[in-house]
Amino acid sequence: MRLASRDKMGKHTVYWLIVLPAVLMLVLLYLVPLGNVLLTSVTDPKPGLDNYALLFTSASVQRSLVTTVRIAAITTGFALLLGYGVAYAMRAASTRTQRLMLVLVLLPFWISILVRSFAWIALLGTQGPLNSALVAWGIVDEPVSLVRNETGVLIGMIHVMVPYAVLTLYANMRGIDAGLVSAARSLGASRWQAFRLVFLPLTAPGLVGAGLLVFILSLGFYITPALLGGGKVLMIAEYVAVQINDTLRWGLGTMLATTLMIAVLGTLWTLSRVVDVKRLFGT
Amino acid sequence: MNRLQPSGLVMAFAWLVLSFLALPAFAVIPVSFTDTRYLAMPQDELSLQHWRTFLSSEQWLGSIWQSLWIAVVSTLAAVTAGTLCAIGCWRIASALSEKVRGLMILPMAVPTIVYALGLYRLYVDLDLVGSALGVVLAHSVTGLPYVVLTVSASLSNLDPRLEQAARGLGASIAQTLRHVIVPNIIPGVLSGAIFAFIHSWDELVVVIFIGGRALFTLPRRMWDGINDNLDPVIAVVATGMILFTLLVLTAELSLRGRRARQGG
Repeated sequence: MRLASRDKMGKHTVYWLIVLPAVLMLVLLYLVPLGNVLLTSVTDPKPGLDNYALLFTSASVQRSLVTTVRIAAITTGFALLLGYGVAYAMRAASTRTQRLMLVLVLLPFWISILVRSFAWIALLGTQGPLNSALVAWGIVDEPVSLVRNETGVLIGMIHVMVPYAVLTLYANMRGIDAGLVSAARSLGASRWQAFRLVFLPLTAPGLVGAGLLVFILSLGFYITPALLGGGKVLMIAEYVAVQINDTLRWGLGTMLATTLMIAVLGTLWTLSRVVDVKRLFGT
Repeated sequence: MNRLQPSGLVMAFAWLVLSFLALPAFAVIPVSFTDTRYLAMPQDELSLQHWRTFLSSEQWLGSIWQSLWIAVVSTLAAVTAGTLCAIGCWRIASALSEKVRGLMILPMAVPTIVYALGLYRLYVDLDLVGSALGVVLAHSVTGLPYVVLTVSASLSNLDPRLEQAARGLGASIAQTLRHVIVPNIIPGVLSGAIFAFIHSWDELVVVIFIGGRALFTLPRRMWDGINDNLDPVIAVVATGMILFTLLVLTAELSLRGRRARQGG
């Protein structure tokens, strides 16, 4: 076996050589820094797992973890609900409408997160058009705080995450035979029954995939919560940044970063065991 | 009629969500023409004052220029290394090369904050904090996944016998790459280049950490502006960025069409 594979290596030497530059870049400029984070988390300020003990003992670390998981979970719930509606409509629409819908989904996908967060600040701020309208229509007496708090963070994050949910769910729905739903209808099922008993169960893998994807992407968010939370909603990434930039607690910062990375990569790995990730994303 | 027939309510809901997705970013366009000195919609009339401020600001224009050339150089590096890597892995097609290709996607999966932290530590040792070279290196390696993915997608439509035929007829590897493989996957390469470019152009988290005191790419200057004073000039910059993205996205969509046709 080993001999055979070595022989094959020899035959492909030239091709391994052209693979090499990218591999070197990845190792030296990506894996080495990641390794450094891991190493620092168990050596700074002194060797051992002291930093990891803070996960269980430090109240501020736990508050940040709880905030992160809560926001990620709420974001996931809304992204799935909104995304499911859009994906379902896309699956049902004619090719032309489908293409238009896809463009509308991809559009925010490609506009910088920074620009989008800024747009939300302009729209939802106390001097923004939404508040002016609410006051003018007499719905509220004073402008309401929609940004620089958790509401703002949630609006911004759901906005970022819905496209991921739509694309994943749509890739899954595309593979479902719509004839099954028609058959259920012709056998006397109501529209709702046909959906709930036939279509919905078939989209379960898509829902799980989209849910996990949105959840793990939400865990690591930095820019949106930092801008729309106004420093009051410390999700884990911003908490890490504060440890490094303000208090210089490298041990704590790298420990949280390592924990975040393990959580994300672990979930992705589990996901890849359960479903074919490539098919999930419709490549 | 094997088609789903959603109720009008479902369709209305979908269109509502779609407008929630697509419209908000465009709010920065009217804001950029505001006649107020703070961030708001135009009150009495449209004004070009913030556009004038922007166009005469050396800081903003300098940041655009810096972001632009950093993105161009990183894209060139990512496209060259990424394309070669994807071709090599495609041709070798062993379990090991599949693992290598999987590894190339890692920068997409790991939260950027983790990488930024590690890179900052490395750059302190290498004295690269605050240098443009440092940002170019970081953006090149994090741009790799986009190129490897799009080029691999193009290659999967290419018959491997084409390469064998060229080699069998006496072409060298370099000739085969240049005249046989690359021309056939050009749409994939260009798509990858566009993604890698946008990735660098928009990238903020890494730059915040390794930018030091001197290096202000466009996203970093916006970030500082939003945190400091919410000057309406930022709306002007945001408007420019949206228009630029639309332009690039249009190019990508037309390439996608070409790639689909190429795939037959």
